[in-house]
Amino acid sequence: MIGRSITRLEGHAKVTGKARYAADNNLARVLHAVLVGAPIANGRVLSIDTEAAQRVRGVVRVLTHSDMPRFGAVSFPSAILKLPMQDDVIRHEGTPVAIVLAESLESAEEGAGAVVVRARSESPLVPRDSAGETPVRMGFGEDLNRGDVPGALQRAAHRVEQRFIQPARHHNPMEPSATVAEWFGDTLFLYDSVQAGFNLPPVMAAVFGIDAKNVRVIAPHTGGGFGCKGWVWPHEILAAAAARVAGRPVKLVLTRAQMYANVGYQPLVRQDIALGCDAEGKLAALRHDVVNTTSIVETWTEAATEISRGLYAVPALQLTQRVERVHANLPTAMRAPAEGPGSWALESAMDELALLLRMDPLDLRLANYAQTDPVHGKPWSSNKLREAYAEGARLFGWRERGQLPRHDGPWRIGFGMAACTMTTFRHPAAARVRLQDDGGAVVEAGTHDIGTGTTTILPQICADTLGIDVARVSIQHGDTTLPDAGPVYGSSATMGVGSAVMLAARDALAKVARLAREPVETLDFAAAMRRIGVAEIVGDGRFALPGNASFNADGAGTPDAMRTWGAVFLEVGVDPDLGLVRLRRAVGSYSAGRIVNPLTARSQITGGIIWEWGKATMEQSLQEPRHGRWLAKNLSNVAIPVNADIPAAITVHFVEEHDEHASPLGAKGIGELGATGVAAAVANAVFDAVGIRVRELPILPSKLIRDLSS
Amino acid sequence: MQNFSYVSAARPEEAVKALGRGCAFIAGGTELLNWMRLGIATPDTLIDIGGMEGHSRIERTGDHLIIGALATLNEVGEHPLVRAHATVLADACLKAASPQIRNRATLGGNVLQKTRCAYFRSETPLPWGCNKRSPGSGCAARDGLNELHAVLGWADHCVATHPSDPAVALACLDASAEVMGKRRRMLPMTDFHVSQVEAQAMFKAAGTGSLLPAHEAQIETRLARDELILAYHIPIHDGERSAYLKVRERESYEYALVSAAATVALDGGLITRARIALGSVAQKPWRLVETEAALIGRRLVREEISAALRTLFEQARPLAHNEYKVQLAANAALRAVLAAGGVS
Ligand SMILES: Cc1cc2nc3c(=O)[nH]c(=O)nc-3n(C[C@H](O)[C@H](O)[C@H](O)COP(=O)(O)OP(=O)(O)OC[C@H]3O[C@@H](n4cnc5c(N)ncnc54)[C@H](O)[C@@H]3O)c2cc1C
Ligand code: SF4
Repeated sequence: MIGRSITRLEGHAKVTGKARYAADNNLARVLHAVLVGAPIANGRVLSIDTEAAQRVRGVVRVLTHSDMPRFGAVSFPSAILKLPMQDDVIRHEGTPVAIVLAESLESAEEGAGAVVVRARSESPLVPRDSAGETPVRMGFGEDLNRGDVPGALQRAAHRVEQRFIQPARHHNPMEPSATVAEWFGDTLFLYDSVQAGFNLPPVMAAVFGIDAKNVRVIAPHTGGGFGCKGWVWPHEILAAAAARVAGRPVKLVLTRAQMYANVGYQPLVRQDIALGCDAEGKLAALRHDVVNTTSIVETWTEAATEISRGLYAVPALQLTQRVERVHANLPTAMRAPAEGPGSWALESAMDELALLLRMDPLDLRLANYAQTDPVHGKPWSSNKLREAYAEGARLFGWRERGQLPRHDGPWRIGFGMAACTMTTFRHPAAARVRLQDDGGAVVEAGTHDIGTGTTTILPQICADTLGIDVARVSIQHGDTTLPDAGPVYGSSATMGVGSAVMLAARDALAKVARLAREPVETLDFAAAMRRIGVAEIVGDGRFALPGNASFNADGAGTPDAMRTWGAVFLEVGVDPDLGLVRLRRAVGSYSAGRIVNPLTARSQITGGIIWEWGKATMEQSLQEPRHGRWLAKNLSNVAIPVNADIPAAITVHFVEEHDEHASPLGAKGIGELGATGVAAAVANAVFDAVGIRVRELPILPSKLIRDLSS
Repeated sequence: MQNFSYVSAARPEEAVKALGRGCAFIAGGTELLNWMRLGIATPDTLIDIGGMEGHSRIERTGDHLIIGALATLNEVGEHPLVRAHATVLADACLKAASPQIRNRATLGGNVLQKTRCAYFRSETPLPWGCNKRSPGSGCAARDGLNELHAVLGWADHCVATHPSDPAVALACLDASAEVMGKRRRMLPMTDFHVSQVEAQAMFKAAGTGSLLPAHEAQIETRLARDELILAYHIPIHDGERSAYLKVRERESYEYALVSAAATVALDGGLITRARIALGSVAQKPWRLVETEAALIGRRLVREEISAALRTLFEQARPLAHNEYKVQLAANAALRAVLAAGGVS
């Protein structure tokens, strides 16, 4: 079932600079746009003096809210509903208040520097440890109250009640967001850095009052997104609006600093967890209360409670999600939303419970394995978590860890583990496969390569289905004139588009077989096509959801519950003098449906583990308490992991599995699964090393040193 | 984008002569260009000193190691003479920045880099007060987020630290900078940088019309505005060994939370001479002179070194969010002394 490891088909184009990213598109007569952000977090624009900017050589136009046309009302998938530059209200620092358009980027930058914004400032709301308010609009992460949680907690033989906090963090993709917009009458072309090109036409149509069919988005390559290029953000709308006003194409590239306040991020999340179990470790009750920060008028719910509905068999459950409003930009989905934060809290608390029980943390997890979906009682579409636990433990030497050394020079060594799990998000997808009579094939799918290897595995799936060499398959992608292949987020692309490609290839083969009157099983499609004199045959494939829904989470509305599973085992070193934490080795073992390409799958998981290592030990975006602005908006003041932090000893294992309920391909998502559980495993290992329990991320030297030296 | 002119100097005399108002020397450009992007500096003329021949030499003359100001951090860090006689400096250089940056970054420019204070490193226009950026506007870090700021020598007008690694090693080694303005002089590296308290005193003493900047927060060194660093002179003490320890949340390509440089000479298991400098705790490398004196005659063991470090806790004045730095600095110093003495 596990597919072949082939290297990246698009690798050569990327390392030679041939792969075209949004900002690589240099259109004739293009104007360069530079945004001017609000200087304060809360208040009103009093005046914007653009005179000096207009005088800068090369500056063509300066737009402010007073001359920006009014936009039509937008809805999802616009990330935010209250668009900037429509009034004088400032709700977060850095929100665009003016756009400078110039013949060159240099002129536009100089012009932007010359714009003088005067604003009336009021003190901003910042994170303040409130109880939060109940969000109005919730996609998932609904509150739940089942069984007698207070009673069960009180009667429990062992109980853990703790608060776990993680700071806000930004996605920091390598390529900042960029949009090039060009109008032809009422037709809009967008070259964009996106994870979901098909999200743009309906939003642009609503903004500009045009037909969605007249919006074409070209985006073959995106330099990483991690969620911040998923929904439509204001800069994309502003670029298109500026191009319309100016009557010329406009290129807008966000600076690294602008990325902090003009797209989303993962919010600060506070989680209170209470676990109660009997003397054998069987969970009796779980209470999970989550508060995350969101912006003043828009709501993002970081649904960390999702994990508590799915991972363990718990009879009594009480889950709440609240939001706390701050004067900051709107958070959004970030690699491992929901279960990323959720696993940090739940899997830390499970470790604390295992300690109380004097039980191996792995045994505690096994004792609470959920045979069926704990909330709905449905069977799992597939779940080989126990095999993943066993294989991960074996590869790590978990059961024998007592015999391993606990010191290495100044380093104290600790071992930690945690379960991993992720909701299965599914999106419908369509694809086309064109068979050629020379034995080659072309895949056509309006998807994007965001760095994950989509354009490697789609030809691979096509080649495997057709029984030909992958070198004979090419791919056309990244254009909304191609079949709607859905988004590249929520770990859903391989499952969705991959299935569509497989079905399209099968459809094409069936058509040839029909025309040639041959059985599909023995068909040589090229020979058959030549014989009957057909140069090309087109097959269509569609991955559809029950009720033709546009989105499905957890298999809702189907007979099966869907999740992915795994476990991560870590060895860390802690230097007790210096409070340093370093990763020494990691084993991740997963039950995640069919693995199409072990090499690209391993990269995804390794990336996920590194992603969470950053969350565990260094990453944080701090909102300056008095100004409400992000304190630092550049990578020299916001640490993310570097190569030297990552040991070679990262082992990734996949359990052999095929989930035909989740998708015809048998695959589920893996892009985010690797980025769950790790932060808890790190904290658990740090505790194992030095006996200090850190419940507020990141685990910085400053936090450890306080307790280590006392 | 602000226009500027560019001249290239072949010799130090030329460079110094060319320096007028609004001019800046540029060597590797790894700092200066960032300042220009952020609006921290807006020179109208750049005087490129990178092409001055013979000023990246590394050599030994008598009992001194001489390192030209244009030597890059990689050249210094990998040079056998530096590795042999000034291990602490070699390690400090190689633990700075990234390999690519170290190939351009010069040791002359390194000691003149500016603080990493996030308030200071923001893009223009600054949303908050920063006396270094905008004299008289206040110091947002003083009562703001100051986890990474100074615990020693700060004043209310600025609580920033100096981020250089090599400067800490140079101060520990009792190196001197050979500088040239209207005349040549030697400037000890222990006096090269100034704490904010020292800056305050200099500002008061100088009065108006001096060569000093407009605000005490902008005084960071005793190098005059028209002076060029030509080289560093490092005394070689045979039998002395040294080590540099840098504490940071990630393993590479990150500035220090704190760092410690130490040299140790031993005789029969007893310390005969020790020098210690701390980095990222003040606006200057902080020599622990009392500790150095207390270590003489002591054994190279944790307890005795820790005892000698106690004075640090009396001197330190942590801010609201950086009390951890005092203990961390003491532990780093302890470990650096042990490492210099050959105990890891
Ligand atoms: C991403 C990044 C990470 C870094 N990390 C570290 C780190 O971890 N540790 C660390 O110590 N440093 C670090 N640095 C700083 C780096 O080492 C310095 O930028 C570099 O050494 C400066 O040298 P330069 O030749 O590029 O100086 P330039 O940028 O050319 O000049 C800097 C300043 O020095 C002046 N100047 C230069 N040479 C002379 C001279 N001979 N005489 C008088 N004035 C002179 C210039 O006028 C200017 O004011 C980092 C820098 C970057 C960009
Ligand atoms: S500490 Fe110094 S550099 Fe930082 S804000 Fe205050 S004055 Fe500016």
